[in-house]
Amino acid sequence: MDFELMINSLPKLLNAAVVTLKLLSVSLIVGLFIGLLFAILRLNRNIFINKFAYGYSYVFRGTPLLVQIFIIYFGLGQIESLRSSFLWVVLKEPYWCAIIAFALNTGAYTSEILRSAFQTIKPGIIEAGKSLGISNKIIFYKVQIPIAIRQSLPAYGNEIILMLKGTSLASTVTLMDLTGVAKYIISTTFKPIEVFIVAGGIYLFMTFIIHNVIKFLEKKYSY
Amino acid sequence: MELLAFGDTGWGDELFRATLMTIAVSITAMIIGFSFAAIFTPFKLSKFKSLNLIANIYTTVIRGVPELLVIYLFFFGGSGAIMFVASMFGYNDYIEINAFVTGSFAIGIISGAYSTEVFRGAIQSIDKGQFEAAKVLGFNKFKQFYKIVLPQMLRLAIPNLSNVWQITLKDTSLISVTGLVEIMRQSYIAAGSTRDPLFFYSFAAVLYLLLTFISMKLINKLEVKYSRGY
Repeated sequence: MDFELMINSLPKLLNAAVVTLKLLSVSLIVGLFIGLLFAILRLNRNIFINKFAYGYSYVFRGTPLLVQIFIIYFGLGQIESLRSSFLWVVLKEPYWCAIIAFALNTGAYTSEILRSAFQTIKPGIIEAGKSLGISNKIIFYKVQIPIAIRQSLPAYGNEIILMLKGTSLASTVTLMDLTGVAKYIISTTFKPIEVFIVAGGIYLFMTFIIHNVIKFLEKKYSY
Repeated sequence: MELLAFGDTGWGDELFRATLMTIAVSITAMIIGFSFAAIFTPFKLSKFKSLNLIANIYTTVIRGVPELLVIYLFFFGGSGAIMFVASMFGYNDYIEINAFVTGSFAIGIISGAYSTEVFRGAIQSIDKGQFEAAKVLGFNKFKQFYKIVLPQMLRLAIPNLSNVWQITLKDTSLISVTGLVEIMRQSYIAAGSTRDPLFFYSFAAVLYLLLTFISMKLINKLEVKYSRGY
């Protein structure tokens, strides 16, 4: 055990953990909106809209995240018209490509979580709202969404942790996140176990915090 | 389309072999995972606190740390660890383990952590009366497990194991970083030499979709088989 290396690499890895957290938070926020949009589309009665939303979640859940990042980072740059458009400002940056891939990926999983949460709401609750003369829109925002959020908290907590692990793939497109820096230190020092313990410890600490925050929210919003 | 031709002109046969490699790694990893689960599930259900602790550390660490980091640990640390063990037996030459073994072991350990949780959940949801009935009938522990626990456990575990299989299949794309030529690595090589990454990575996505689709169909059949009588 090389404790000196462990202590020396800690500040570098903590700095890199900030990059990981940035990637995670931005993609979760964007992904939540995408997920909510597609969950609503899934519940639409129009069969084309419905199938489109299903297809989106099927493709993004059925392929590895690595393929998705590679298509967006290496693949899209090949399209000439895209390279000359304003979108290229965003798509030439590995940081934004990674965020787009993560957001689309977590959006697909979130849409499934929210859809099943919407479907478990008892029809009686919606009927009660209707019989009180409340409009459909207000029932949706004030009744269905809050109940769905509470229902989906445990599953969404898992999704956040899966996404935290997913951000490690950003290191494959040259971003120096926690895993990227850990790999760099391993390949320069050839001390994989020491670096794994420190980097893994930081990841576990983040998982621990996320787990407890979700648990707290579950308790707060239980009914 | 000529990019996918078989033979020297296209990448069809290379990608086909790569797909077989992905399937081989996934199945090997799944089997290694089951062996880990066979060790750690009894630990989780054990009366001894120390065994519980060991199993909990295993599942928590593996499920809380990114797969890529675990793969780097094995990739960079694997041959070192083997050489250390070998040196205790007096063998001091350099040993290089191949990418297939490292990769399936790394993915297998990850898959094992998920399988352990699935088996634990399945065994715990078997009715207590079943164990008592087995005892009353004078079954020994071995017979109780094979005749009573295992069939019921499989029925309850199959839906969740199909999730584990999907995770394992998708995780194998990550061992492309170690140089093993599976779908992802082959697409990377093809994309590099033809300068057509969009096509090859999209094709890789289609291959993965096909694999998940076919395996879901097969697992559904298994599910029907094990839930007859319910």
